[in-house]
Amino acid sequence: MDTLVAQLQRQFRDYTISLYHQGFLDDQFTELKKLQDECSPDFVAEVVSLFFEDCEKLIGNMARALDQTGNVDFNLVGSSVHQLKGSSSSVGAKRVKGLCITFKECCDSQNFEGCVRCLQQVDIEYKSLKAKLQDLFNLEQQIVQAGGRIPQVDI
Amino acid sequence: MASDGGVSCLRSSEMLNVGIGGMEPPPLDLDEVHVLAVDDSLVDRIVIERLLRITSCKVTAVDSGWRALELLGLDNEKASVELQRLKVDMIITDYCMPGMTGYELLKKIKESSSFRQVPVVIMSSENVLTRIDMCLEEGAEDFLLKPVKLADVKRLRNCLSGDVKLSNGNKRKLPEDSVTVVQASLPPPPPTPQPSLMTLSTDSSDSSPPLSPVEVFSSPLSSLGDDDVLTSSPECSPTPEESPIRRQKMGSPGLDQ
Repeated sequence: MDTLVAQLQRQFRDYTISLYHQGFLDDQFTELKKLQDECSPDFVAEVVSLFFEDCEKLIGNMARALDQTGNVDFNLVGSSVHQLKGSSSSVGAKRVKGLCITFKECCDSQNFEGCVRCLQQVDIEYKSLKAKLQDLFNLEQQIVQAGGRIPQVDI
Repeated sequence: MASDGGVSCLRSSEMLNVGIGGMEPPPLDLDEVHVLAVDDSLVDRIVIERLLRITSCKVTAVDSGWRALELLGLDNEKASVELQRLKVDMIITDYCMPGMTGYELLKKIKESSSFRQVPVVIMSSENVLTRIDMCLEEGAEDFLLKPVKLADVKRLRNCLSGDVKLSNGNKRKLPEDSVTVVQASLPPPPPTPQPSLMTLSTDSSDSSPPLSPVEVFSSPLSSLGDDDVLTSSPECSPTPEESPIRRQKMGSPGLDQ
């Protein structure tokens, strides 16, 4: 008979694996987990939180730059994309990073429609990841509250 | 000058005293390594800071080359005379930063008499051979491909924990009781004559084994050919063959953990 903890742990394991398999996360996220311990139990949550704030700020910059109809500074957009690519890479946000690569190409070729499309996609993608990671962290919390340990998930 | 929130300055008076001249050696303190990390990205700063702390380094993280120079006392402001020089054992910096690139920061550090011996590691998300070459030729100790991993930082940390560079350029680890004798990257003292310390800080610009391309990359699976350079990163022409090219890489490959 499955205890609540065991059920939650299984959910957590399955959900984590699915996030990797569906390409939301890559092994850099695993690297971040290595940096979390009893002294810094919320390290991953804190870093991704900063990352999502970064997303919001940078996407805002890109949107403003693309809004300058007829006078779009593609270098400026590209610069923000580069920064977003960097931070998404650092936290293991694989899909966001992938979109940034495409986005950067649109900036380099001054493809306005392409940039607008990429901007929309990046916005959707980071918000989607944010929701999924929130679910994941919630599961962790539930496990701990039920008296269990968060399992190590090998991908 | 006020420090910003996240910056902690180690004054040189807080430096560990090296046990020179027959004094009792200080206890081995894993926290004695102080690293100055420079990155304009907050996320990356947090990550590199954590990576370094978890490998027992003291860390000061700043968001620009200018701030780094200011802390090192290398900016041109005379006011920095008040600020005691920061004692650092290693500087790790992002390459692409607005204002001053990591390469430009590297140059300024290598031009300074106080800090040219300090190993400087460059981080970059772009795997550009010419860029890597340029940094290494300017004296960078190592070049890390982002995203930086724990294994990368552990490797760097191993190099700082007691490697001795012998005069013929070979490096080997000394047993721990000798670690107090040599601090390979101590900055020279302020300009009053102090002979003994600096003779121990061996110069690393002489014969070093040439780098093989494989050794440079910490993350071999990054995509190649992503050549976008945003900030004004100067593409220097390579130095002529006859001048000593510092292609020194920290540690031997076998130290990978």
